[in-house]
Amino acid sequence: MNSVLLEARKLTKRFGGVIALKSVSLTIHRGEIYGLIGPNGAGKTTFFNVITGLYACDEGEVWLAGERLDLSRPHRVAAAGIARTFQNVRLFANMTALENVMVGRHAKGRAGVISAILRTRGERGEEAAMRAKAMELLRYVGIERRAYDLAGHLSYGDQRRLEIARALALEPKLLALDEPAAGMNATETEALRQLIEGLNRDGLTVLLIEHDMRFVMGLCHRIAVLDYGEKIAEGAPAEISRDARVIEAYLGQGAACP
Amino acid sequence: MRQLRWPYWLGVLLVAATLLLLPFALSAIGTAWVRITNLAILFVFLALGLNIVVGMAGLLDLGYVAFYAVGAYTWALLASPHFDVHWPAWAILPLGAALACVAGVLLGAPTLRLRGDYLAIVTLGFGEIVRIFLNNLSAPFNITNGPKGITRIDGLSLAGIQFNASETFLGIPFTAPIKYYYVLLILLLVILIINLRLADSRIGRAWVAIREDEIAAKACGIDTRNVKLLAFAMGASFGGIAGGMFAAIQGFVSPESFVLNESIMILAMVVLGGMGNVWGVIAGAMLLSFVPELLRYTVEPIQRALFGRMLIEPEVLRMLIFGAALVLTMRFRPAGLWPEKRHKQEMSVAS
Ligand SMILES: Nc1ncnc2c1ncn2[C@@H]1O[C@H](COP(=O)(O)OP(=O)(O)OP(=O)(O)O)[C@@H](O)[C@H]1O
Ligand SMILES: [Mg+2]
Repeated sequence: MNSVLLEARKLTKRFGGVIALKSVSLTIHRGEIYGLIGPNGAGKTTFFNVITGLYACDEGEVWLAGERLDLSRPHRVAAAGIARTFQNVRLFANMTALENVMVGRHAKGRAGVISAILRTRGERGEEAAMRAKAMELLRYVGIERRAYDLAGHLSYGDQRRLEIARALALEPKLLALDEPAAGMNATETEALRQLIEGLNRDGLTVLLIEHDMRFVMGLCHRIAVLDYGEKIAEGAPAEISRDARVIEAYLGQGAACP
Repeated sequence: MRQLRWPYWLGVLLVAATLLLLPFALSAIGTAWVRITNLAILFVFLALGLNIVVGMAGLLDLGYVAFYAVGAYTWALLASPHFDVHWPAWAILPLGAALACVAGVLLGAPTLRLRGDYLAIVTLGFGEIVRIFLNNLSAPFNITNGPKGITRIDGLSLAGIQFNASETFLGIPFTAPIKYYYVLLILLLVILIINLRLADSRIGRAWVAIREDEIAAKACGIDTRNVKLLAFAMGASFGGIAGGMFAAIQGFVSPESFVLNESIMILAMVVLGGMGNVWGVIAGAMLLSFVPELLRYTVEPIQRALFGRMLIEPEVLRMLIFGAALVLTMRFRPAGLWPEKRHKQEMSVAS
C-alpha cells in the first residue's frame, strides 16, 4: 500500500482581498502525527475547512488514500475518512454526550425513516451497536460517567474530549484536531498528549494544529509552518525549530534586523 | 427496572380507560365538547408534524398550514359531489399524506440554504401561495371552487361503518363525533409512536444535530440536504393526514381554514409546549385548543352574572390571554412549558 494518506495540491483560498491560503501543498503519510503551526491568522483553520469541504477552495485539490475528494460535499469527505474537531468546540449542546458520539457515527449507519418507524431487527441491531460503540469511545477518552449529561453541561476539558470521541466515532483514516490543547491546564494537556499518542500507536494518522510549541515539538513526527497563507517550512521538529524563516515569522521582522 | 413494571402498566391502563370513556363523559356536558376534542386531536397531529421541522430540525416554517390544506383538499376533491368521485378512505388518506409530502419537498428543496428569518419569510410566502391558489383555481376550470369551498364531502367509511351516522351499539348511543374520536385516537397513537421512535433514531438525532450546529453536523458525515428534506417531508405528511381527517369530519373545506393565523397557532403550540419534546408539544396543542373554547363557554355567563352584561367579548379576551401567555412563557420558560430533555436513557443505564 502507498504510504501517502493525504495529499493537498496547491490549495488556494481567498476571502475578498485576503489570501488565506496561497497554493499550499502538503503530504501526510500513514501513521504520522503531522503538525500544522503558524502565527495567528496564518491560515491553519482555513486549511482544515478547505480539506473537509466546509469552505469551497478557489484552486487545488485534495486526495485521500489515492482518491480525489469531492470537496463540494462535506459529508462525503467525512464519510471518506476525515474527521475533525473545531478550534471553538462545536458540540450539539442540547444532546447528551452519548448522543453526540452517536451522531458522529451517523455515516457508519444505514437505518432510515421507515426502518426507524417499524423498529426493524436491522435497525434495532444497528442502534444497539452504535450505542455500544459510542459508550466504548466515551470510556476511551475517559468521560463515560458523563454519558447521559448534556454536552453543554460538561466542563471545557471534557467537551474537548467529547469532540474527539465524536470524531473517532467515524473511524476516520485521518483525525484532524484544531488546537485541541487550547485552554487546557497542564494535567489536561498531558492527558491529551497520551490520548493522541495512544491513538497514533493504534495506527491512526493525526493532523494537528497547535500553538503550544512544547506540545507540538514533543508529539509530532513532522511539522509544516504556515505564514500569511504560505507554507514556509516543513520537516522534523528539530529542523523546524532551527529554521530561520520560521523564527522570523514567529518573532517578527524586528528579530531579524534589530 | 423490575419494580417499576406494575405501577407502569397500571398507569397505562388508567390512561387508556380514561381516553376510552372520555367522549361519553364529554357528551354528558355537551355534544359540542366531543367535536372540540376531535379538532384538538387534529391540532395535536399538526403540532407533532411541525415539531419535526421546527422543534427537531430547527427549521422555522411559517407556512405549515399549506400541508394541512393539501390533505384536506385531496380528500375534498376525491370524495365529494364536486367532481362526483367518491374514492375510499384507505386510498385518499395516504394519498393526501403523500401529496403533502411532495409539497413538503417542493418547499424544502429551494430553501435548503436558508435559515432563521429568511426561511421563515419564504415558508410564509409558500403558505400564502397555496391559499391563494385554492382561492383562485375556480376558473377557467373549476378545480377548487374558489372561496366558496367544497361542500357535502363524504365522511369516513371503513369496514362497512359509516362514521357520519349515529348508531346504537350494545344499547350505547355512538354519535358521529364519538365514532370519529376513536378513529382519531388510534391515529394519534400511531403518530405518537412514529414520533417517539423517530426522535430516538439515527435520523432523529441527525435532525437535532442540524438544529444544534449545522456545520458540525456536516463534519460528522450527515448529508444535511437530504436530512432536511426528510424533515420537511415527514412533517408535511402528518399535516396531510390531519387535513384529510379534517375534511371528512367537517364535510366542508374552504381556503378560509388555511390562513396564516393557523400556521402561527400551530407554531405557538410547538413553542409553548416545548420545542422538540413530543409530550410538551401535545400539551401545548391541547392547551391552545381547549382554553379558547373554555373561554367561549364561560366568559359570557360569568360576565352576565357579575356585571349583568358583556364587557369583553370572548374573542378579545382569548387573544389577550393568548398574547399574555406567550409573553410570560418566553420570559420565564423560554424553552417551553415542558422542554425537551435529552436525558431519557438515564433510566436504562445498567451500572
Ligand atoms: N470566514 C472567513 N471570512 C473572511 N475571512 C476569513 C474567514 N475565515 C478566515 N478568514 C481570514 O483568513 C485568514 C486566516 O484565518 P485562519 O482562521 O485560517 O487562521 P489561523 O491560522 O487558524 O489563526 P488562529 O491561530 O488565530 O486560529 C485570516 O486573515 C482570517 O481573517
Ligand atoms: Mg485557527
